Amino acid sequence: MTTVFCITALTTLASAVAAMSLRNLVHCVLCLTVSFIGMAMVYLQLSSQFVGFAQVMVYVGAVAILMIFALLMTRGGQELFMREWRPMHWLVGGLVSLALLAVLVGSILQSPVIQNTGPVDKVERVKDLGQSLVYEYLLPLEALALLLTVALIGAALIALPPKQYPIKPQPRENS
Amino acid sequence: MIGKGILKGMMETARNLTGSFHDPERLTTVSYPEEKIPAKENARNFPFLVYDGDDWESGLRCVSCQICEKECPPQCIYIEKDTQKKADFLGKLQFQPKVFDIDVSVCMGCQICVEVCPFESIRMDRDFEYAKSDRFEGLLLHKEQLAKSNKYYHQIHPTEATETDAIREGKRQDHLAKERAKAEKLAQAKEAASKSQSKEPNKE
Amino acid sequence: MWFEDLLIQIKSVLVLNAPEGLRPILSAMLSATPILSAFGGLFAAVTLLERKMLGRIQNRYGPNRVGPFGIFQPVADGIKMLTKEDIVPKTADHSIHFLAPLLLLLTAMLGLSVIPYGEKLVAIRFEAGIVFFFAVGGAAELAVFMAGWASRNKYALLGSLRAIAQMVSYEIPLILSSVCVLMAAGTLSLDEVAKSQSGSMLSWYIMTPWGLMGCVLFLIATLAEVNRSPFDIPEAESELIAGHMTEYSGFKYAVFFLAEFVAMFAMCALTATLFLGGYHPPLPILAFIPGPFWLFAKLMVLVLLFIWIRGTMPRLRADQLMEFAWKFMLPMAVINLISTGCWIALGRGSLGWGLSALINLAAYGALSRWLSSRPNQQKRTYRFAEGPMHAA
Repeated sequence: MTTVFCITALTTLASAVAAMSLRNLVHCVLCLTVSFIGMAMVYLQLSSQFVGFAQVMVYVGAVAILMIFALLMTRGGQELFMREWRPMHWLVGGLVSLALLAVLVGSILQSPVIQNTGPVDKVERVKDLGQSLVYEYLLPLEALALLLTVALIGAALIALPPKQYPIKPQPRENS
Repeated sequence: MIGKGILKGMMETARNLTGSFHDPERLTTVSYPEEKIPAKENARNFPFLVYDGDDWESGLRCVSCQICEKECPPQCIYIEKDTQKKADFLGKLQFQPKVFDIDVSVCMGCQICVEVCPFESIRMDRDFEYAKSDRFEGLLLHKEQLAKSNKYYHQIHPTEATETDAIREGKRQDHLAKERAKAEKLAQAKEAASKSQSKEPNKE
Repeated sequence: MWFEDLLIQIKSVLVLNAPEGLRPILSAMLSATPILSAFGGLFAAVTLLERKMLGRIQNRYGPNRVGPFGIFQPVADGIKMLTKEDIVPKTADHSIHFLAPLLLLLTAMLGLSVIPYGEKLVAIRFEAGIVFFFAVGGAAELAVFMAGWASRNKYALLGSLRAIAQMVSYEIPLILSSVCVLMAAGTLSLDEVAKSQSGSMLSWYIMTPWGLMGCVLFLIATLAEVNRSPFDIPEAESELIAGHMTEYSGFKYAVFFLAEFVAMFAMCALTATLFLGGYHPPLPILAFIPGPFWLFAKLMVLVLLFIWIRGTMPRLRADQLMEFAWKFMLPMAVINLISTGCWIALGRGSLGWGLSALINLAAYGALSRWLSSRPNQQKRTYRFAEGPMHAA
C-alpha cells in the first residue's frame, strides 16, 4: 500500500511541477491532467471509488478539455512565459501560496478526521453519499444547481447571435 | 415526426442487403479476372498499328511520316525512319519505320494520333491489362507489340474498321482510276506520237 | 452456470499453483487475457463483416479474394498494416504523437473491464462501475486531442477539435439516458444492474417505455461517442482527409481503428447490460447456454445495427449535429428521467407503464413538431446552385 501510495504521490507531484515549469502550454495542460489522475488514484486508495471516478470524469473529461479549448482559442498554445526575472511577482506569488498552505494545513489539523488514525473500516458506499447529499446537504446542493443553471443560461445568452436574420438569396445587380 | 425518414431509408437498405442473395441480377459488379463484362464498341485506351494480310512486317500500313509523333500532346511516340523502302497497298514505294515506340505509361489516350494519320495506320486499341513488373521497359511498347492485324481491328471496332476499309478502298479506286487515266493518256500520247511520226518524221 | 464454474475452476487451479508473490499479477492477467483476445478477434471479424455488409447494401460482393469468401481478408489487412512504414512528421511532437494511439486504445480497453460477462465473470467488480466506464470514456477525448495536436497538421487539429466538441456534447445525453436504468435498478454497479433484469425477456428494461426511449437515445449518443457514421464528422474523408489520424501510418493507424472498434464493442456491451438484460437469456428455458454467449449475441446484434445505419445514412453537418444533441437528445433524456420516476413511483406496474408511455410519446411528438417547424429545418435554397443567380 505504501509503495503504491509513494509512486502515485511522486507522479502527482512531479507532473504538477512539470505543469508549472514546462514551456509549451499544451504540455502543461497534459501534465496537469496526469496530476489530476494521480489525485484520483489517491482517492481510490482511500477506498472511495465514486469520488475517484468522479474526479477523473470531471477533471480529465471536462476541465482539461475546457482548458485546452481556452488555450487554443486564445493564443494558440505557444510560449507565453515572461523570461525576465521579476522579484515583485515572485514575492507576491510566494506570499499567496504560503497563506493558502497555512489555511489548508490549519483546517486539516483542526478537523476531527485527523484524530482517527486507525485503518478505515467502513467502506464508503455510493448510496450513503447520495443520501447525505439529498438529506443533510440539500440546501448547498440546490444552491449549486441554481448557480450552474444561471451560468448555463448566461453562457447561452452570450453565445446567442445579436439578432437573427432569415437568410435570403441575394440577387445580383449585374445578372 | 422525427425519425420517419430514417426508418424508411433503413427499410430500403435492408431490401438491398438481402436482395442480392435471392436475386443475383441485382449485383452490379462481376468477379473481374474470372468474369468480364464485354467491352463496349467505343471503348478505347491506347493506340496500335494496323497491318494488312498475315505478315506484320510487310503489311504494316505505317509509312513513318512522323505526323503522329509531332502531334502527340504528351510526346509518347518515338519513330525512326528506315532507309529501306517497301511497297504499300497501292504498290507505291514508301518509307517504313525502323523503330516505332509508344510509352503507354505516358500516353493519355487522346486519339489525336488517330485523327491526324493520313494512312489509316494508327488506331485505338481497347486492351487495358497492361500491368507489368517493370514499369519503364515493360510499358514501352515496340513495333512488334504494337502491330495488330486488320482482322483484330474489325473484331474490336467493327463499324470504325468498315469505315476505314471503305476509305482505303476509295483510295485504291482513285489510284486505279488515276493509273488508268495515266495509262490512257500515255497510250494516247503514244498513239499521237506514232501518228505524228508517220506524218512528220523529221520534227523530232 | 457450468461454463462459468469451469472457467473459475481453471483460473483458481492456475493461480494456486503459482508462487505466492506472482499470484495477484497472474490473477489479473488471467482475467484480462480472455477479454482482450476475444475482443481482438471480434475486431478482425467485424471489419470483414462490415465490408461485406456494406458491399451487399450497395449490391456488390464485398471482399472475396483472400481465402474462401474472403474470410482471411483481416489477416491480409493486418500484414499490410504491420509492414507499412511508420512515418512521423518532422515537426510533430514526437512523444505525444506516440502516446496518443496508446492512450486511446487504453481507454477503450479499460471500459471492457467492468462489463459483467456472466453472473460470476466480471474482471473488476466496482461498486461504481458505470462511473468508471464513463470516466475512462471521457479520457478518450484527451487522447484524440493529443493525436490531432501533436501531428502539427491543420486537418488533424480541426478534426480533433470537432471530435472533442462532438464527444463532449453527446456525453451528456449518453449519461442522462443511462441514469434512468440506474434509477430503476437503484445501483451504480453494472453486475447489480444485470442481476436486476433476470428472468424472461419481459423483465429487460427495454420492455418499458422509458427503457425503449433510453435505449434509442443511448444508441444514438453511442454512435456519436465512437465517431461512427452518420456522426463521423471528425474524420470526414471528403473534408478532413482522416481527421486526427491524418498523420498516422502503418501500425499506429491500425491501433486507432482497433481503439475505435473496441470502444464501439464496449459501448454495445454496456447497452446490452443496461437495457437488454446483459448475460441473461431471453427465455428462462435457454439458461443452459452460458451467459457470455448471450452477451456477445446481443452485442453482435447491436454491431450489425450500427453497420446497417452506416450503410444507410449520409453524414450530418456540424450544426445539425449540435442542434440534434442540444435541442432533441438532451430535453428528451431529461423528460425520460421524469417518466422513469413516474414508473418507479407508481409501483412499476401497468399504471406506471401507461403514464410513462404517455409522457414519452407526448414529449416526442411535441419536440419533433417544434424541431421540424424551425427555419433551418425547411428546405434549403443553395444560392449558387439553384438561386436566382443560377437561373439568370
